[in-house]
Amino acid sequence: MKRFTRDQMAARVARDIPEGAYVNLGIGLPTMVANHLPKEREIFLHSENGLLGMGPAPAAGSEDPDLINAGKQPVTLLTGGAYFHHADSFAMMRGGHLDFCVLGAFQVSASGDLANWHTGAINAIPAVGGAMDLAIGAKRVLVMMDHQTKGGESKIVAHCTYPLTGVKCVNRIYTDLAVIDVTPEGLAVVETVDGLAFDELARITGVPLRRASATAG
Amino acid sequence: MIDKTVASPSAAVADIADGATVMIGGFGTAGMPSELIDALIRNGARDLTIVNNNAGNADVGLAALLKAKRVRKIICSFPRQTDSYVFDALYHAGEIELELVPQGNLAERIRAAGAGIGAFFTPTAYGTPLAEGKETRLINGRGYVLEYPIAADFALIKAEKGDRWGNLVYRKTARNFGPIMASAAKCAIAQVRKVVALGELDPEVIVTPGIFVQRIVEIDVADQLSPPQAAA
Repeated sequence: MKRFTRDQMAARVARDIPEGAYVNLGIGLPTMVANHLPKEREIFLHSENGLLGMGPAPAAGSEDPDLINAGKQPVTLLTGGAYFHHADSFAMMRGGHLDFCVLGAFQVSASGDLANWHTGAINAIPAVGGAMDLAIGAKRVLVMMDHQTKGGESKIVAHCTYPLTGVKCVNRIYTDLAVIDVTPEGLAVVETVDGLAFDELARITGVPLRRASATAG
Repeated sequence: MIDKTVASPSAAVADIADGATVMIGGFGTAGMPSELIDALIRNGARDLTIVNNNAGNADVGLAALLKAKRVRKIICSFPRQTDSYVFDALYHAGEIELELVPQGNLAERIRAAGAGIGAFFTPTAYGTPLAEGKETRLINGRGYVLEYPIAADFALIKAEKGDRWGNLVYRKTARNFGPIMASAAKCAIAQVRKVVALGELDPEVIVTPGIFVQRIVEIDVADQLSPPQAAA
């Protein structure tokens, strides 16, 4: 089966982010979205450790240990960017100021519940970071993930079996097979990878799907 | 004359006693007050409760404090990192208590303590395992969780410059938890790269006003360009 590549997924997310948006990109796959935001579009990247206007990684040798992102990687600050403390940073999420966040996920439920912080394994050390704050804080929560687990099970599920990060918080899911909206009427397929029929996607996903109306998206 | 500067890190932390709750600034190693932590290890206080975003990196700073078995409990949002093996081992051995707090709730609980707020309702973690057993409320149709402030006996933080009244400015993302921890502790101790003369800090850009800071220590260390490496 044909699948969207990582770069294609990231480019597809980037298409949905308009000029002027304040955006937090989660650790992992979502960070790739930054590479696909058009240069001519002014978009403000937020990092929860206290910066707005985050720029790309610095050139080798110019790393500054005091200038890092949430993944603790060295970054740069764009001209016009700003630093602030942690309580202000999370007020930007919780207070509804952040337009988008893009997160990875283990599972998303048909009603938009998100599980992305813990597999529930007994011996795993739990670590949540800013995931729960982002999940409920951004105006629109976008999830990027593989459609299926390595074992072939759908990661879009009727009810999450992993511990929840947030309840009914996801707005749109971008997978390697499809773009799907979470709506009050259920999951609506916006587009699928070339050659994948709606019925086949529905079979793979295993929870009720419908086609999004032409005006959606 | 008021002079909050202290001659050495050891003198600054000398009265941190067994059982104290100590906030430690920093996000990973950015803003981590390593020299104050080293002084706290030399000080010998045990049975500490530590508040930090993480649970230490490699064998230095907070990880070294954990390794010396001085910490009874840690309150943090993200203990598990690629080089958090000191914490990992203590946790698996059942030798340290962990209170896991979503990062924004951690920040707001610290801020609330410094601002004199008795408790607050937050939407973060509603409906998740981290809200289990906590009071909840529907406000305008949305679910919220009641969270209480986190106050401390001491805060150890790192800033870029300070003056003898305790006014502080920070450097880039090393600011992170510094300002809110300073306000939430009975005694906030700041290590700064440079103590400057009163009046040299522009009053318009002071981030932490001196009322929140009790002690200042100058530690002029060259910035390391890479995170501390694990001991071989």
